[in-house]
Amino acid sequence: MAVSVDEAVSTGPARDHTPPARRLGSRGRSVLEVALLTVLAVVMLFPVLWMIETSIKENRDVYAIPAKFFDFKVTLDHYKDVFVDPGGGRSALSVSFLNSVVVAGVSTVLATVLGVPAAWAYSRFAVKAKKDQLFFILSTRFMPPVVVVIPIFLMYRQVGLIDNKLGLILIYAAFNVPFTIWMMKGFVDEVPAEYEDAAMLDGYTRLQAFRRFTLPLLVPGIAATAVFALIFSWNEFVFATFLTSSDDVRTAPPAIAGLIGGTTTDWGLVAAASVVFALPVLVFAYLVRKHLIAGVTLGAVRR
Amino acid sequence: MGTVAVQGLCKSFGKVQALDGVTLDVPDGSFFVVLGPSGAGKTTTLRAIAGLEKLDAGSVHLDGRDATGDTPAARDLAMVFQNYALYPRHTVYENIASPLRARRCSSSEIAAAVEQMSNLLHIERLLQRRPAQLSGGEMQRVALARALVRRPRAFLMDEPLTNLDLKLRVEMRTELTRIHRSLGATFVYVTNDQIEALSMADQVAVLKEGTVQQVGTPTEVYERPANKWVAGFVGSPPISLLACRAEGDRLVGAEGWTLPRPRWTTAEDGRALLLGLRAEDLSVEQRGDASLSGELYGLEPLGDRTVVDVRVGTEILKVKARPTVTGTPGERLRVTVDLDRAHLFDAGTGLSLSEAGR
Repeated sequence: MAVSVDEAVSTGPARDHTPPARRLGSRGRSVLEVALLTVLAVVMLFPVLWMIETSIKENRDVYAIPAKFFDFKVTLDHYKDVFVDPGGGRSALSVSFLNSVVVAGVSTVLATVLGVPAAWAYSRFAVKAKKDQLFFILSTRFMPPVVVVIPIFLMYRQVGLIDNKLGLILIYAAFNVPFTIWMMKGFVDEVPAEYEDAAMLDGYTRLQAFRRFTLPLLVPGIAATAVFALIFSWNEFVFATFLTSSDDVRTAPPAIAGLIGGTTTDWGLVAAASVVFALPVLVFAYLVRKHLIAGVTLGAVRR
Repeated sequence: MGTVAVQGLCKSFGKVQALDGVTLDVPDGSFFVVLGPSGAGKTTTLRAIAGLEKLDAGSVHLDGRDATGDTPAARDLAMVFQNYALYPRHTVYENIASPLRARRCSSSEIAAAVEQMSNLLHIERLLQRRPAQLSGGEMQRVALARALVRRPRAFLMDEPLTNLDLKLRVEMRTELTRIHRSLGATFVYVTNDQIEALSMADQVAVLKEGTVQQVGTPTEVYERPANKWVAGFVGSPPISLLACRAEGDRLVGAEGWTLPRPRWTTAEDGRALLLGLRAEDLSVEQRGDASLSGELYGLEPLGDRTVVDVRVGTEILKVKARPTVTGTPGERLRVTVDLDRAHLFDAGTGLSLSEAGR
């Protein structure tokens, strides 16, 4: 049966099955459940709330003992400091944010552009030792980045990619391509190959068939995959710390970490920088949430 | 022109040999049916003709020209897929227009062609819908329209009626035959339904496990099956096969019965044979001398006729009878055999021994 991926994406009310809830009495959740969930929520959310609070407190309130939860003066000075240098001009932090945007964006695009056609090829064509190849591709993700960072550092030093945005872009893309191939292969497998067969008989070439008839059906999957790749590149810390040194090249994670230490730490600035750092990924994930859910649930249903 | 010739097609998927030397010759303008059970290699044969399958060996000639290495687009064929493969994001109109768009026809040409096709197949109302909003029968018509919208060398159809309900299938059978006659085009039609094969085909090729068992007109395949497998596959209820051997002027069954030896058989005495008897060539009424005795095993009323199962020794004969026939299981009866229409096969090779003397 030909089923479009669209159907998997639609979030109509028909799909909202009420889970068979375990209820005590007729009044919703039990007291115990509410209590446990509240504790969990506080534990999970307190650091985030505290970060936001700190970012809008004046310095003396930040260090106040006992800590002030509500009765402090709101200030946006820290946010100003994130972007503007005290001596005028752009701050080093704002440069690092820009670097993060460039590095994460370009490496994600690169991984997607390379990974999607590769996934399509692995899904559609008879490739020799396909399973071994796919396992090899996945195996590059088995080890933690910190294991390879020294060899990469040595190699990069030879070819002049140390302290270079291109170096970070390449290493992030290299880490994201295997992930993209694996995740996208699942999506391509879900799209019947007959669409391409039919298109080729209509008179299109194989690539035209892929681009015109399969690719549009893969958009939700590509969005989901790209978001995951983007989040990885955006948050990556180890390579960024080891492979960059100058303020012009450094990305936001090592730049923010660099604010801590020394004789005094401007916690307000750290908190404000962290909020600014966290926001883009949150906003982006929110915008593509529909595709993300489809991406995570697609393939779970056998048709 | 529209001849399709395939020669010695071989294709394996891992350890499975899907095609093992398939050779077919489809004449111009014929309705050529490839018949076989699932897994016989029918679809693979069709996909090989279409250029969608890379072959291990063999060649495909279209209009006498070697097209073995050509891309699907270059072969100028149209295909209807079993699951229709309608583009889900496109409207019915765009689905039908797709082959013309790929060939860069002008939009006025496209509009005219799509309108003509939608009239022919009665799908005018559906043009702005998407495939998800169509019923199975409507999808089938749209898939057919997409294939018929241009004039390719040949039309390839992969079990296009399998997913339809029975009533619609019978309707579409007639309609496809009508379309074939009016176009005069070459159809290569794959099915596992022998009724489709017998009712629609000019020529039938029977496939089993990647090899061609027999090619012929529907009548030839039914009346003169090349081997016991074809005899068993084509025909409903299936042909009854009884083990026997020739001895002088008699056929002696393994179950102890004897029948006069048919004049037409040249099988030597003592050779292990299978006697093939179709249900309509057997009768529970007294009609001639040649008869077998057995006991009633079961009755299968089918409305216009009743199939009587008769047990002869340990073997079951399927006998076609009037719908009014009655009886109780276990009852003794005699089955009259029309030996002129019987078939003999070599028990070892399964090959027909009937043809030489007829």
